[in-house]
Amino acid sequence: MFPILQLGPLALPAAPLSMVLSVWLGLSLTEKFARKRGLNADALYNLTFIALFSGILGARLFFAAQNFSAFVQTPLSLFSREAGSLDPFGGFASALVAALVYGRRAGLKFWSTLDGLTPLFAVAAVGLAVSRLASGAAFGMETSLPWGVELWGAVRHPTQVYEIGLALAILLGLGWWSSTDFLTDARIKADSGTDSNAEKPADGQLFLLFVALTAGAQLFVEGFRGDSMLLPGGIRAGQVVAWVVMAVVLLKAGWSTDFSRMRG
Amino acid sequence: MDFRQYFRQNWGSLLVLSLALVWIWFSRAPEGATTGGQIPAPRAGFLAPAFSLSTLDGREIALDDLRGQVVLINIWATWCPPCRAEMPAMQKVYEDYHEQGFEILAVNSTVQDTFSQLDPFVEEYGLTFPIPLDRSGDVTRLYQVISLPTSFFVGKDGVIREVVVGGPMDEALLRTRIEKLLQEGR
Repeated sequence: MFPILQLGPLALPAAPLSMVLSVWLGLSLTEKFARKRGLNADALYNLTFIALFSGILGARLFFAAQNFSAFVQTPLSLFSREAGSLDPFGGFASALVAALVYGRRAGLKFWSTLDGLTPLFAVAAVGLAVSRLASGAAFGMETSLPWGVELWGAVRHPTQVYEIGLALAILLGLGWWSSTDFLTDARIKADSGTDSNAEKPADGQLFLLFVALTAGAQLFVEGFRGDSMLLPGGIRAGQVVAWVVMAVVLLKAGWSTDFSRMRG
Repeated sequence: MDFRQYFRQNWGSLLVLSLALVWIWFSRAPEGATTGGQIPAPRAGFLAPAFSLSTLDGREIALDDLRGQVVLINIWATWCPPCRAEMPAMQKVYEDYHEQGFEILAVNSTVQDTFSQLDPFVEEYGLTFPIPLDRSGDVTRLYQVISLPTSFFVGKDGVIREVVVGGPMDEALLRTRIEKLLQEGR
């Protein structure tokens, strides 16, 4: 694990660094992908930055509201760089609301926008896994398998490595799927009218596939983790959440019919 | 759509979801598999590794003796600007919460510091909490400290609840963490 990258006199925290790099790389990919699909890449950029900024602001304000007495005594702490003084749920809610408001004002379509942002999400998933590897977070259970790693006082499943592998596979798989397949070709043909038989695939397919695959990957890796939140009977809460997400996407998206239609 | 038609159209999804349920059942956590609480490691969720050091004022202090109290282990050095910057906030919260069962072990990483600068430093900031001296660097290594300051919030049960690498920690962060830990088990 490498929580700090020492570059000469500069000590850089590896986990946040990998997240920043993944967002930067993800945005570059998103821009290319959006142009290919005829989406407004600039609007997606703006949407991302507005959501990020609102998320950070909201996370701090929600945290301060929950710990009002502490912040009343030191109001300047509102501007602290301390990542521990952020409320993740408040941040997520603020980012979501800001993104929805901006998207509506900019006239962005909900599902096609999520499709356009999928490269960003997929790269960020890789970045998150790398950041966990760097910090030693989301560690595995003890194991006697030969590929176990010494971490936190025991030989453990390298769950962060499993996660990186699966996130990369999802990223590459989605990249291959969206570059070679029906999604782009059928869409262009349908939009331009050059192929009257081409069926325009429904918006949101790429995003939903990403969500289903990522939920599946989390469900699988969670089974090896040594820090899971447990429900009665030793059931891992993370797996239950991932299963519900996967079920909603798989059963409600009506995928099997769409797949068969697109293959034809 | 009847059930048979629905099943025919969605059998792939249903198969995946069924296999996932089997995996959830199969990968249930055996007792003790996910608790790091009994293993000493410098990580949230694990038992804070035990140590015993002599303090700047010549007393011997052991972490294990503080079980039952909320402890902030802060590893620092005088030459480190963020370490200096967070000292006033630490002193303030120490004064406010010490009587309620809160202790600070401000472990000076003496192995990488200048001993003669410690007394003037303590005087300058008016520090009253214990300052154990890590002359050999054993505790710095035991806690895998690679960036100063590094702080460990330890609950009454001796388990590390949070690790803050770098700083300075601000007063609000300190207060929220300490109040939360003091309320545990009440």
